[in-house]
Amino acid sequence: MRGASIAFAGIARREFLRFTRQRERFLAALVRPLVWLFIFAAGFRSVLGLSITPPYRTYVLYEVYVTPGLCGMILLFAGMQSSLSMVYDRETGAMRSLLVSPFPRWFLLGSKLLSAVLVAVLQVYAFLLIAWLWGIRPPAIGYLTVLPALVLAGLMLGSLGLLISSTIRQLENFAGVMNFVIFPMFFASSALYPLWRMRESSPLLHDICALNPFTHSVELIRFALYGQLAPLSLAVVLGCLLLFFGGTIFMYDPAKGLWRGRKGGRG
Amino acid sequence: MTQPSGAASAAPDADALVIAGVSHRFGRVTALDDVSFTVPKGAFCALLGVNGAGKTTLFSLICRLYDSTSGRIVVAGHDARRAPGKALARLGVVFQSRALDGDLTLAQNLAYHAALHGMGGRVARVRAGEVLELVGLSEKSGARVSTLSGGQQRRAEVARALLHGPELLLLDEATAGLDIRARAELLALIRRLISDEGVSVLLATHIFEEVAPQDHVVILHRGRVLADTTAEALASGGDLGAAFLAMTGAQA
Repeated sequence: MRGASIAFAGIARREFLRFTRQRERFLAALVRPLVWLFIFAAGFRSVLGLSITPPYRTYVLYEVYVTPGLCGMILLFAGMQSSLSMVYDRETGAMRSLLVSPFPRWFLLGSKLLSAVLVAVLQVYAFLLIAWLWGIRPPAIGYLTVLPALVLAGLMLGSLGLLISSTIRQLENFAGVMNFVIFPMFFASSALYPLWRMRESSPLLHDICALNPFTHSVELIRFALYGQLAPLSLAVVLGCLLLFFGGTIFMYDPAKGLWRGRKGGRG
Repeated sequence: MTQPSGAASAAPDADALVIAGVSHRFGRVTALDDVSFTVPKGAFCALLGVNGAGKTTLFSLICRLYDSTSGRIVVAGHDARRAPGKALARLGVVFQSRALDGDLTLAQNLAYHAALHGMGGRVARVRAGEVLELVGLSEKSGARVSTLSGGQQRRAEVARALLHGPELLLLDEATAGLDIRARAELLALIRRLISDEGVSVLLATHIFEEVAPQDHVVILHRGRVLADTTAEALASGGDLGAAFLAMTGAQA
């Protein structure tokens, strides 16, 4: 058990070190949602009328509505970015040296995943701090209750990234992931507009959004930020987490999946 | 969870590596066909073969990146399939591609890899100091890996692979891309590890100058073992390279 906690601490420390080494990455991760908050949300404020929907008790400004969605955006990008680093690591020896560690593979992958999520959660809090200065001020307790929601949503999105990374063979394919995973997931969700609005324009699109696990990540975060629990979203996020992480374990299993039936590089 | 690091013990006189009837297929392609050989404890073995002979596939199987289709791989007395944790704990690997993170310092890298073997805190720091001393990089501990020369980076990779005190060291074309001097230094280091530290080494290479006459040589060609003898016997008074070409040419 002690060995395992040392291994986890080592993996987490490396993730943080890498993160602090790459200051541009931190800035990029912070600027992206801020651009949405400062520019996009300001522009949309007048276009979009919002009714009073839970967890909000009053009419809210569009900036307030979109904030949990942008938290989700940070987690989504971080999850996909860490999957990018997995693909990159696999092309160098870093991934191999991780997998030849004597600890079980599910533990190694889970540690890697959790470390990346903790780094992403820090980014979310940095964003929430700036949002607070911008006047978006959820109840104080919300900053505490949102933590488990962020970690869970981050784990779910990160394990999706892991699962995708295990099927990508080359780095270049990651651009495809951006186009076919990140953008559809983000736009077809409740991050930018409430689902009832969506139903008015297209019932089919509404159903797609309602099925999108990212919608449930956002709703879980939205309710948690106001000290409330969204049970359905929690169930969906947990279910998807189990499914995606299970798939990842399968893909990385020595006896099947990823490494099977494929030439292992130069012989 | 069992503690997989140093505590795992093996039969004291077990062979460092036993490959017994190992075959592996990628779909319809047979990458390895009934490969068998043994690396005794504290011995050096060169695995010779051209690109595509199956060396990397064999290494991947030993490291358990994937399972072999059939056959048995035993590292220091531990079956790689039945007791992967114990087998991996006795194994140190230097991959063809870099495993160290160029952005981090050598010390930070070693701390990370020590943690992957369950070593933390003071134990890890002491051990990192020892392996750096062993490869002659003590004064580079605080340097970022990307600032090291190619030869120093390779030696650092060896230090990384030695962190957990493995019985068997696998080197996959470890000298690739090095100049003559760096290569000679690395090879001298490897020979010293065998004589002074009692480590067993399996070195995959296609560079015949790296093999000494008395060395144990296994020739892998198109997934099959063509020879399992000493370099001397193989060359039979002539040139090892010529003997190799004659042997693999006849098979082509």
